[in-house]
Amino acid sequence: MRRERALIGVLMSIINISDSRQTLKLFPWALVFALVLFSLYTLAVSRGENVNAMWLVTAAIGTYAIGYRFYSRFIAERVLGLDARRRTPAHRRNDGLDYVPTDKWVLFGHHFAAIAGAGPLVGPVLAAQMGYLPGTLWLLTGVIFAGAVQDFLVLFISTRRDGRSLGDLIKTEMGRVPGVIAMVGILTIMIILLAVLALVVVKALADSPWGAFTVLATLPIAVFMGVYGRYLRPGRIGEMSAIGFVLLLLSIALGRTVSESALLAPLFSFKAETLAFMLIGYGFVASVLPVWLLLAPRDYLSTFLKVGTILSLAVGIFIVWPDLQMPAISRFIDGTGPVFAGSVFPFLFITIACGAVSGFHALVSSGTTPKMIGDETQTRFIGYGAMLMESFVAVMALIAASVLEPGVYFAMNSAPALIGATPDSAAAAISSWGFAVTPETLSGVAAEVGEKTILSRTGGAPTLAVGMAHILSSAVGGSAAKAFWYHFAILFEALFILTTIDAGTRVARFMIQDLFGAFFPAFGNTRAWAPNLAATAIAVSGWGYFLYQGVIDPLGGINTLWPLFGIANQMLAAIALTLCVVVLYRMKRERYAFVAIAPTAWLYICTLTAAFEKIFHEDPRIGFLAHARKFAAAADKDQLLAPAKTLAEMQRVIFNDYVDATLCAIYVMLVLAMLGFAIRAIRAARAAQHVTTRETEDELHDLQPAGA
Amino acid sequence: MNCTICSLPGLDLNRLARKLRDGAKLMVGQGDYDAYVTHVRALHDGEAIMTRDEFFRARENARFGAGGERAFRCC
Repeated sequence: MRRERALIGVLMSIINISDSRQTLKLFPWALVFALVLFSLYTLAVSRGENVNAMWLVTAAIGTYAIGYRFYSRFIAERVLGLDARRRTPAHRRNDGLDYVPTDKWVLFGHHFAAIAGAGPLVGPVLAAQMGYLPGTLWLLTGVIFAGAVQDFLVLFISTRRDGRSLGDLIKTEMGRVPGVIAMVGILTIMIILLAVLALVVVKALADSPWGAFTVLATLPIAVFMGVYGRYLRPGRIGEMSAIGFVLLLLSIALGRTVSESALLAPLFSFKAETLAFMLIGYGFVASVLPVWLLLAPRDYLSTFLKVGTILSLAVGIFIVWPDLQMPAISRFIDGTGPVFAGSVFPFLFITIACGAVSGFHALVSSGTTPKMIGDETQTRFIGYGAMLMESFVAVMALIAASVLEPGVYFAMNSAPALIGATPDSAAAAISSWGFAVTPETLSGVAAEVGEKTILSRTGGAPTLAVGMAHILSSAVGGSAAKAFWYHFAILFEALFILTTIDAGTRVARFMIQDLFGAFFPAFGNTRAWAPNLAATAIAVSGWGYFLYQGVIDPLGGINTLWPLFGIANQMLAAIALTLCVVVLYRMKRERYAFVAIAPTAWLYICTLTAAFEKIFHEDPRIGFLAHARKFAAAADKDQLLAPAKTLAEMQRVIFNDYVDATLCAIYVMLVLAMLGFAIRAIRAARAAQHVTTRETEDELHDLQPAGA
Repeated sequence: MNCTICSLPGLDLNRLARKLRDGAKLMVGQGDYDAYVTHVRALHDGEAIMTRDEFFRARENARFGAGGERAFRCC
């Protein structure tokens, strides 16, 4: 009986009522809840006829509103006990530079721009192969109970501890070894992230003179902006970004001329391998150049373009209200899909990382944001709220992928090994899967967006671009503008992915210098050229290796790399949430620890299952070892399997499989070790009679009386 | 305070524009220069204050420099 009463008490505190007389104020929320259920019902049952995107948008916004109003409030008030009287690092250590109390809306924008990137745009597009419903359900439940909770809790924990970083927090709350484990985990995740993002760009630009030209044109544009902002009109970000934006639009227009010119088009048609090496060289150069010349100006341009394009996509969807052509649930939930192999559980939860839950956010939430929070109660709005917004970006990406005809979607996202290289072979293969499509449709779409072919443009970005072009051209410009919008979308994605690659390579380089500097102090000197170049070379060859492996993969590379990235990213989330569980126990808040335990457990289950299947699954499309065995068996009989053209290449494919399997095994060991350390820390916290966590000590300061 | 442009009560376009501008700048790591100056004047009186240009460059370097987790962004 006591147990039941405790449970009811918790439930009542989640819906935030203290007694039954207050239930009346819940009435409007009950209506919202009913609306969400009805929208989901409409999405789920209307088979055979197209459902309007309106239902998806309504279900999402309603869910976010309920989650924010009830669950985040419950976490803020009951679980964490946020206290506006407690001084934040921004006040305590105010230096006018890094630690500055900042307006909550301004800070929200900063935080959102830092967490939202290509992840929420690509993952949902890939997951659309299973239909839009599984992705939608995971995005909505994932963000409410896992993703936004993680961002909020980590932001809170860091804000109470001088804005320290995730690795640092794990070290002080759990011990030195878990701290080092987290650092290594973060570094390997960075490497995989950069490789998979670079692969997305390569797939979008290969054999596309228009796309390659516009992206190459961003280099001189950025350099011009850099010089402008350094010497001509120092610090005028607005001006230089506006000039850069106009030049970008010009370069898109010029790109069409280039792609139609018999002389210039071949100069800008690159094979995927060539592009991969160009990117690797570029990543090296860009991350050692002075930041003001290339990196910073491109960062300005890509950040503003990213936020602007996301907003215009939202406006476009709200104007056009497109129909979803994709079925609610496709036959590929059984794991035989061409985009990525593996069944709904666990692979859907790995494929959609950002937008539902993303470990990378823990780095942002323990980075710059906690140093600028003026009032600890705002961690709810910024941590939980910004993640809801990112989830909405992911929902929009899912919509953009689902407005395409399924046949077109699968033509763009299946590898040549499955659908061949001509519209005829692709249409035949895809129609045989049950998604009727004609070769004319496939070449028609390619012509509309100004490309020779759209076949096998895997990686999500081109699909999103076609979807966005479909929506935006219905809003502005009509079908004549489709090609422009397509290349605008490609450019916008390529631009901020390239910025992430430079900035990420720099971050990885500093992490490598930090890690090795502990053993060889000379290596850690970030002002000396030799160690800088060496560390950059290590970082670039790390992601370059996986990029090249992905480019030559006959199944498209995304097939292999995206699950690896998803596993890595979700494992980082599991590590961050484990820290949150430990901190809640050390705060003596174990009664409410379930808010962190539930998502942590789910992530452990998903990632461990996925990693295990990636290593040991018998299907060579899923399991790395099975794939290696298949190639080894063929090599023994002197047979060659694509993509290998020689026996030496066969050996390299086998070697790559072992590298990937080893990487998965390392991830598994990292999280299992973290689990062990967490259990030890929790037992110690339970045994202690008092609060053991180490928050920055501070006397509570009195609030100004209202109106003062 | 009413807006000086449209004089509608409760709607302050100046303030909104300022917030949008500050927000856009902070997205790329450029903090509030005026807040910095106020801070140095109030708490470190007599210390050298960076000019607007120096502040801009210092923040740009800090965003991408060593310990550069300021430029951390999600995928």
